Amino acid sequence: MSEHVHAVHPEPDLVQLLTPEGQRVEHPDYPLEISDEDVAGLYRDLVLVRRIDTEAIALQRQGELGLWASLLGQEAAQIGSGRALKPHDMAFPTYREHGVAWCRDVDPLTLLGLFRGTNLGGFDPREHNFNLYTIVIGAQTLHATGYAMGVVRDGAVGTGDPDRDTAVLAFFGDGASSQGDVNEAFVWSSAGNLPVVFFCQNNQWAISEPVTTQSRVPLYQRASGFGFPGVRVDGNDVLACLAVTRKALDDARNAQGPTLIEAFTYRMNPHTTNDDTRRYRLGSEVETWKLRDPIARVRAYLTREARVDLDFFDDVEHEAKKLAEHVRSGCRALPDPTPESVFDNVHVTMPDELQSQRAEFVDFVSEVAS
Amino acid sequence: MSTSMTMAKALNEGLRKAMEGDPKVVIMGEDVGKLGGVFRITDGLQKDFGEDRVIDTPLAESAIVGTAVGLAIRGYRPVCEIQFDGFVFPGFDQIVSQVAKFHNRSAGLVRMPITIRIPSGGGIGAVEHHSESVETYFAHTAGLKVVACANPSDAYWMIQEAIADDDPVIFIEPKRLYHAAKDEIEDAPTPIYQARVVRPGQHVTLAGYGPTMSTLLESATAAAEDGIEAEVIDLRSVSPLDIPTVLESVRRTSRLIVVHEAPQSFGVGAEIAARVTEHAFYSLEAPVLRVTGYDTVYPPSRLEHDWLPNLDRVLDAIDKIMEY
Repeated sequence: MSEHVHAVHPEPDLVQLLTPEGQRVEHPDYPLEISDEDVAGLYRDLVLVRRIDTEAIALQRQGELGLWASLLGQEAAQIGSGRALKPHDMAFPTYREHGVAWCRDVDPLTLLGLFRGTNLGGFDPREHNFNLYTIVIGAQTLHATGYAMGVVRDGAVGTGDPDRDTAVLAFFGDGASSQGDVNEAFVWSSAGNLPVVFFCQNNQWAISEPVTTQSRVPLYQRASGFGFPGVRVDGNDVLACLAVTRKALDDARNAQGPTLIEAFTYRMNPHTTNDDTRRYRLGSEVETWKLRDPIARVRAYLTREARVDLDFFDDVEHEAKKLAEHVRSGCRALPDPTPESVFDNVHVTMPDELQSQRAEFVDFVSEVAS
Repeated sequence: MSTSMTMAKALNEGLRKAMEGDPKVVIMGEDVGKLGGVFRITDGLQKDFGEDRVIDTPLAESAIVGTAVGLAIRGYRPVCEIQFDGFVFPGFDQIVSQVAKFHNRSAGLVRMPITIRIPSGGGIGAVEHHSESVETYFAHTAGLKVVACANPSDAYWMIQEAIADDDPVIFIEPKRLYHAAKDEIEDAPTPIYQARVVRPGQHVTLAGYGPTMSTLLESATAAAEDGIEAEVIDLRSVSPLDIPTVLESVRRTSRLIVVHEAPQSFGVGAEIAARVTEHAFYSLEAPVLRVTGYDTVYPPSRLEHDWLPNLDRVLDAIDKIMEY
């Protein structure tokens, strides 16, 4: 470890361990021992998921994807929280957690089917302990809560066995904080002392609505009314997100109940590729947040404090180029679903009526084709 | 176990059997523990299976269903109790958008073996939201199965089959029959998604399910006094519909009346009429008739007797269809 410059903490209620300028700072509640090698690993994650995002946007512009929900600006929140998970923990994403998916070893191509229109998700959440993307806002927080109920019933919490004790990480956004489901999830997990951590990426905008449309109080303060701790973390600081999520997950695994984490960040891009931010927000706001870029500060730290050499950055860039090519060619190679597949998996066992509709549809499609 | 019991007791015994047979079965709902549910269907189960398996939940229907989804992902087989039909709507989104679609979304890799029990229908003199028939909403949703029991034996067997099914099942319980007459529990179940001819006849077919079955049987008895032999079919499953059993009957009787408490338009009767027209058009001597709830808000209880499909309304329809 190199020597760190210890600066004064910028805001009393914002946990920050790495300033936008790349200075390492300490927080009394969240000590973080991390090697420069691991910081470099986080940098690599941040750069690669940004590259996935960039490629996906380009693919949408080329007509290869119907839609994309960009994570630009939220890389640190997602990588920090994602890297805090243990393999046997379970994550419940929204539809924007491409960075968390990366941390769970989910191939980016697995995520593209939904946006290309070749499937509706199409993977097993249990394979990487990463749930299917959920589009109805906030619905997945209840799934996370129920999963945590299962964890408790399986005796996989508070045993002290690090390979057994399991936490659940539920992602949602500032807009979702207004949803009934999210508030019900808070009530249930609090009353049941469940091992679930609620990770809210407050990216300031729910499509066109600023966070002030959703709340008069800072979102993390909502937790106290439900009876569990809430903490606001600099969502553009990957180290702080890692440390804060790690502690919350540890508490959950140790039967200390839920935590609400508000990762204070910014959605640099439109809500999705279909959105137009010019109608509702000022470009100057985006410019301000550019100065808090989640990647630049890690690079500054690595360069200045850890004295990582230029080869490392070149290697990451080279890896990003290869990944981009994988995303580009892989996306175009995703197979179109066969027409009759729409009838698959509606039920585990297909009812007779559906079988006859299927036969009719297959006949119709083959006649049209011939 | 006595082999003669009420529907309430039969459901209770069926749930007990399901819990004994599979440690992953959990019951969850409002007041289902110490109280045994407001209808006492889960009476004594928490005492015997513990608070982890018979879960008294916070008062939040969306969460009762939404957490069941998470439990299912974790490998559990949840049985949700919705306290009354009219209270299912706060959980509607989780049922329709998550429970029904999750298996499909996962390309068949994750199953949703969730049973959602809904005490349903009217006739108990209740206040608003306590007498509704909600089955059509769910029958219209791909991915869900919807069944209704109409007697103690079916209640006992069908609840076990619903829980054992790897697909999600909406389980409609006709609440006004919970504590009606006791009946024998049969030794073996009729497969859950199969309709059953409960009274043979050659002049007209009466098809219904759940709460209307007792009315249909009474109507058939009354019609027989006038020399009209009505065949009565208990559909048992609203979705999938066992149409072959209905068609077989209609090909013999040439006349069909469908009866349900749910409002008329776009309902089960309309669906059956369409399918019978499609597959047995030349067997029909008269248009398919419906005796149903009206397309109104469920009435104040003082009006419900006349509003519901009752003996007189069914007999009136039988007269009409025979005279056509």
